[in-house]
Amino acid sequence: MTVDRNLGDDTGRRLPESGGTDALAAVDPDAADASTDRLTAGEGDGDGLAAGDRSPVLRAAGVHKSFGALEVLKGVDLTMRPHDVVCLIGSSGSGKSTLLRCCNLLERIEGGTIELFGHDLADERVDEDLVRRHTGMVFQSFNLFPHLRVLDNVTLAPRRVLGLQRKDAEDRARGLLQRIGLGDKAQEYPDRLSRGQQQRVAIVRSLAMQPRLLLLDEVTSALDPELVAEVLDLVGELARQGMTMLIATHEMGFAREVADTVCFLEGGVIVESGPPERIFGDPTEPATRRFLQRIFDAGRL
Amino acid sequence: MAQPGVAQPGVAQPGVAQPGVTQPGASQPGPLAVAGADPGSPDGELPISLFSSHRPRLRGRAGTVASTLSTVAMIGLIVALVASNAAGPFRNGFLNLHQMWIAFVGDPSRGILSVGKGFVLNIWLSLVCEAIVLVLALGIASLRLTREPVLLPFRALAIAYTDFARGVPVILVMLWVGFGVPSLNLRGVSSQSPVVYAGFVLVFSYSAYVAEVYRAGLLSVPRAQIQAARSLGLSSRTTLYRVVLPQAVRNVLPALLNDFTSLQKDTAIVSTLGVAEAVHSAQIAGGVEFNYSGFTIASILFLLITIPLTRYTDRIMNRDRNRRLAGTTA
Repeated sequence: MTVDRNLGDDTGRRLPESGGTDALAAVDPDAADASTDRLTAGEGDGDGLAAGDRSPVLRAAGVHKSFGALEVLKGVDLTMRPHDVVCLIGSSGSGKSTLLRCCNLLERIEGGTIELFGHDLADERVDEDLVRRHTGMVFQSFNLFPHLRVLDNVTLAPRRVLGLQRKDAEDRARGLLQRIGLGDKAQEYPDRLSRGQQQRVAIVRSLAMQPRLLLLDEVTSALDPELVAEVLDLVGELARQGMTMLIATHEMGFAREVADTVCFLEGGVIVESGPPERIFGDPTEPATRRFLQRIFDAGRL
Repeated sequence: MAQPGVAQPGVAQPGVAQPGVTQPGASQPGPLAVAGADPGSPDGELPISLFSSHRPRLRGRAGTVASTLSTVAMIGLIVALVASNAAGPFRNGFLNLHQMWIAFVGDPSRGILSVGKGFVLNIWLSLVCEAIVLVLALGIASLRLTREPVLLPFRALAIAYTDFARGVPVILVMLWVGFGVPSLNLRGVSSQSPVVYAGFVLVFSYSAYVAEVYRAGLLSVPRAQIQAARSLGLSSRTTLYRVVLPQAVRNVLPALLNDFTSLQKDTAIVSTLGVAEAVHSAQIAGGVEFNYSGFTIASILFLLITIPLTRYTDRIMNRDRNRRLAGTTA
């Protein structure tokens, strides 16, 4: 069977090993050497992030997206710098998930711009596979590959996309699994794991690619209440280690705890954004107040 | 449950159901009639019985004895039928061990071809054809599922082909190609061995079936799986080969094995082209010896392959079902 090893000029390129540090995420800004963060295939050397660079990881401006007649995003602006943790809150259908999916090109936007690591995603030279290689995505429903063991779920992309040898990829995967306490589940199939464990494996699967930006799409919404904590603890740990994360969530307490910035979305726009203390403590917009009041009345804040 | 039934006599009867004027068609109970509302049960008490109206199933020792007895009786009946005087011609014509042996090894001096050797050709043909079918059908299925605008005419062609190949009897295509193509006098095409025509026809017919099986399998893989794979940076090709196809094939493996069993059997149709495979050889033996035990030995050879195959298919189906059930409880 032919395997796609068509990585072009990227074959020799390895993401720096995070071995030695006990960090889950590649937090060292120096690790972001110019060769690893390039998104455009082909030329464009030297336009990556310099060490300690605070230039935006993500910059969205006036983003519009419709599904048929339904306009889901109506001009969203958002800027994220390295190590930022941004939580998107808002009721279902407010466009949180769609915004995330636009950031890794699962959806194409119709208006405005999204820049990732300084590259306009609308640029036709941008390779969507390279965008996704540097951008982890974790889904509400985990979407682990059911036909692969946990270990193979985690090593698939590092081996096939980064070209890692099986042993190196497995070492990396085992290390990550051990750190989240699932080292003994490496040889199990996903359906033998609890849903909380599955979601943690899904997060580790993304981390194994050492992404520069992690997109989390309501990662606890499909979990039984008693399993929510173990997943949120893991995400919180990532936040403390400096992982840059854009998080769509219904967990207000969690957002208040980990977010640097909270954005409240309604009707396809960011109605209000700011530090969590202000958004949850003293929101200025009436729409934000109404939303938080409903959450409060439901006993979820 | 009894309530509506008991109340019924008090309720104004619909005109048709007047006692005495019952029409022939009105005998079946109306929607209000309740089965348990027999006159013997006291008012307000639910006439629930937990006793089966059927004879209880025998269990344990009694069950073992019963199943042994019925099996012995069945075998006895079959042996009695075959061994009876009346079945003499049947025994001699179909079950003659000597004739089976002659057909199996063949007798070149009298022009009898070996059924055993012929069957080797059946096996080869089915294996080679299956290998080609598995690859070709995947291409056809992918073509039918593609949304690439440039490929639209090919998609239409793929649909037309599957409709045709599945809708026409294999034997008809076999005769058509096997006798028709040589008559066309096309250079290089019309001068092939009948085995090549036969192989082509089997591949032609079965690729259509297997393509539909693949298509069902590919459609059974959730879109979320593809999105998860692409989100990790896997290319569309790697996603197809490493994520979608393994799940698709797993989901339709029993159907694929079924089609393989079918293909194995349908190599017998090649006999219509005079290819010296098992069935044609048995036909010759039957004609020379005026004895049809050759067909019996040919059948036995086919069964030796197909029965283990179907058992294996069943096992895989069960294993899959058990895994799915285990998955739902996790």
